[in-house]
Amino acid sequence: MKETQNSIGAYLKAHWKTILFLIVLLIGIGLADNFVDSYLRRLLNLCAIYVIVSLSMNLVNGFTGQFSLGQAGFMAIGAYTVAVFTVPIESRAAIFYLEPMAPFLANIQLPFIVALILGGLAAVVVAFFIGSPCLRLRGDYLAIATLGFSEIIRIVFTNTQSITNGALGIKSIPTISSLWWTYGTALLIIIATVLLINSTYGRAFKAIREDEIAAEAMGVGLFKTKMTSFLIGAFFAGIGGGLFAALLGTVDPKQFYFTLTYNFLLIIVLGGMGSISGTVIASFVVTLGQEALRFLDEPMAFGLDLPIFRPGLRMVVFSFLLMVIVLFYRKGLMGTNELTWDFIAQKYHAIKQKLSRKKASTEGGGQQ
Amino acid sequence: MVVGMTMETFLQQLINGLSVGSLYALIAIGYTMVYGILRLINFAHGDIFMMAAYFTYFGIAVFFMPWYVTFIITIGLTMLLGITIERVAYRPLRDAPKTSLLISAIGVSFLLENVATYLFSGKPQAFPEFPLMTTPFFIGGLSFQPVSIVIPIVAFVLMSALLFIINKTKIGMAMRAVAVDYDTAKLMGIKINGVISSTFAIGSALAAVGAILWCMKYPSVLPLMGVVPGLKCFIAAVIGGIGNVKGAVLGGLILGFSEVLMVAFFPALTGYRDAIAFVILIIILLFLPNGLLGKKQVEKV
Amino acid sequence: MSLLRTENVIMQFGGVVAVNDLNIDIKKGELAALIGPNGAGKTTAFNVITGVYTPTSGRVLLTPTDPTGQATEIEITGQKPDKITGLGVARTFQNIRLFKELTVLENVLVATHLNANYSFLSAMLRAPKARKGERQAKADCEFLLERLGLIGLKNEKAASLPYGQQRHLEIARALATKPQLLLLDEPAAGMNPQETDELTDLIFKLKTDFDLTIFMIEHHMDLVMEISDHIYVLDFGCTIAKGTPDEVQNDPKVIEAYLGVDADVED
Repeated sequence: MKETQNSIGAYLKAHWKTILFLIVLLIGIGLADNFVDSYLRRLLNLCAIYVIVSLSMNLVNGFTGQFSLGQAGFMAIGAYTVAVFTVPIESRAAIFYLEPMAPFLANIQLPFIVALILGGLAAVVVAFFIGSPCLRLRGDYLAIATLGFSEIIRIVFTNTQSITNGALGIKSIPTISSLWWTYGTALLIIIATVLLINSTYGRAFKAIREDEIAAEAMGVGLFKTKMTSFLIGAFFAGIGGGLFAALLGTVDPKQFYFTLTYNFLLIIVLGGMGSISGTVIASFVVTLGQEALRFLDEPMAFGLDLPIFRPGLRMVVFSFLLMVIVLFYRKGLMGTNELTWDFIAQKYHAIKQKLSRKKASTEGGGQQ
Repeated sequence: MVVGMTMETFLQQLINGLSVGSLYALIAIGYTMVYGILRLINFAHGDIFMMAAYFTYFGIAVFFMPWYVTFIITIGLTMLLGITIERVAYRPLRDAPKTSLLISAIGVSFLLENVATYLFSGKPQAFPEFPLMTTPFFIGGLSFQPVSIVIPIVAFVLMSALLFIINKTKIGMAMRAVAVDYDTAKLMGIKINGVISSTFAIGSALAAVGAILWCMKYPSVLPLMGVVPGLKCFIAAVIGGIGNVKGAVLGGLILGFSEVLMVAFFPALTGYRDAIAFVILIIILLFLPNGLLGKKQVEKV
Repeated sequence: MSLLRTENVIMQFGGVVAVNDLNIDIKKGELAALIGPNGAGKTTAFNVITGVYTPTSGRVLLTPTDPTGQATEIEITGQKPDKITGLGVARTFQNIRLFKELTVLENVLVATHLNANYSFLSAMLRAPKARKGERQAKADCEFLLERLGLIGLKNEKAASLPYGQQRHLEIARALATKPQLLLLDEPAAGMNPQETDELTDLIFKLKTDFDLTIFMIEHHMDLVMEISDHIYVLDFGCTIAKGTPDEVQNDPKVIEAYLGVDADVED
């Protein structure tokens, strides 16, 4: 008994900064949840969801080095699962007016958390079927196969009228605007990812990324390990999708064009493929940035008529940004480093040194 | 699923399949050539195809140039686009990890799509009509669009020319050498940059021809029109054996026929037409991972 | 008792026969060497043994000793490398294949993954079994790093190590898989005579301390002749001689093909 107490005490002592940070964060979320207006709330929720899906992508692409472009597809599965199972039974007939909902689904309504997890698991099942042929082979094919699958899911959802209501989509999903759901889930997933990466499995993922052949020679089963990473990534993406559905209140196939995946790719490249904290930071930067730059899409900005500002300019800027990063700042913001307290301390001291050196040189010059 | 089809309708569908397959073949060649040399999936290839369609559209419908002038300018501009992309987005990353190169390709694709959406708006534009090509003519109760016959013929001519270049000219030999062993080819004095640029130029030119023919058959242009064909044509290249030009042609034809015949025999599956490419891909990956004409690639350890 | 043997192994790539009718028999506890000119097929032979290549024909047979002390011969021809490593065969690479972005300690820890007897969920939740396994693995790896003189660098990125240390790290990593047979591919490549001497002592000590059987590709003849029990000589894929160091040194075919007058061939 004393031993456990000691180890808990030692743990708390060693990680007091992180724990303090978490407490402050939780208070912050609570305050935001009570006082933030609906526009900002929606934006913050979206940030958290993007953190979740980007992290899922970074797990597979950044940490395991497998090039998967299927996040939009897995999100779609999670989103539709939540949609189908949480829309109130009374509303279903009105929504599925073109073709009635499939009888075996029509009367099942599940609590949100059950549907959410179910969505994640559904994504895992599908990921298993895609991964089985693709993960055995050359990595390039995974990119095409996952991109293709993402499109197929959309095609399938557009055509299965009785299950997904086809192109009409599903409305009246009970919305959840509380920040606790999205940020709570995001925190859990961040912590889970950190724990995973800092375990032998995480090292196996990274070994595969660094040198597959050496990893295999050291006893790491390639297919099994890649599949594990792929499935976990799909699970998280599915969860993100479910939260996405609950945020928007409607789902339709057009939301899950593969171009959605490109957003997450931009985020993980910007943040640093192989850095959890990089992905978190970049998710906020990109999501808020895309909002902030909305004015680029409006011809009337700052009271001036700027015809160059037209719908589409915003995305041109962001895709240009992606090119700049991949060509000149390949490592992104964090590279493969994490935002640990030591890292912050290092940077702080480095900046301090630089400033004091600068001060000394200007003072020395001035004295002449 | 009753095969309620006459012989005539079946023949009609075969011609249709042949022309769709030939279009796919033209585009697939670009993918397979670039992959053969750089081991890179040029994600932007489908969007180069899209830009070619827009060049043609602008030439004829906006600048009112005669069609033959537009075609030549389109092919030239598209070749220039392909070479520029290689120069700016791929060459600097030649020594970078493979992932960066893939991301760059995706980035270019993404950029082209967004630029096109910005410049041309996301709405589909009607491609100018070519009555000569689209007015159906009749042979014994069957109606054919001339374009359906023109496409396979043009494709066949171009592919023969390409195979001639690859197998019987010096530059073609250089391309084959680089595809087999990049490093040794460099050491043997082959101008790698020239070879790579030529590869992109040829692939883009073929894509441009494909785009022109495509728009005659399906007269509408929109910024995302290259995405699905691009994906399908890469799959076609994989089916035939990636890196192999004949394989790309074979794969394109197989895909074209499969699509057309599937919809012809099972009209209820029309919505799933685009999905058949991926079904075939999965089957190929499971049973013949090197494609029909491909060779096993051995990595040096 | 035989630990590893090959039966008529042929490895052909298209028109090139890289390994031609290889018949080796490595006894348990032995230190055997594989020598020959560059391009003779030595690394290819290693790749066939470790499962990177499936031989065109022939068999590879391993006789590992299981924890109870029983030794049974199994065929490992064409099996996947990670399976073969799991059976007790580890290797280093001629061109150093370290996990560059990982630290020295992490590099070695990766090689303990195959012995991790807990699921990823256990790992994520830090279950007692996982924590125990992790602690044990860390201890084992730090012990190995100490033996190979790398303990002070354990948190450095592998890519930042000087060349000689990188070679040591490769060996430490291979040892972490707890092998019975260790395949070393040119462990002394690029080393000066003093480093080669130190490595010679180290290899010999490792062999006795960890109860290893070693099969080594090398060009440094003094190293080979000093510690090998048995030598195989390859030329153009064919075995042109096999025997003790004395026998091989005096074999006219070997001298003609490889050793020349000066028996010390630098890389």
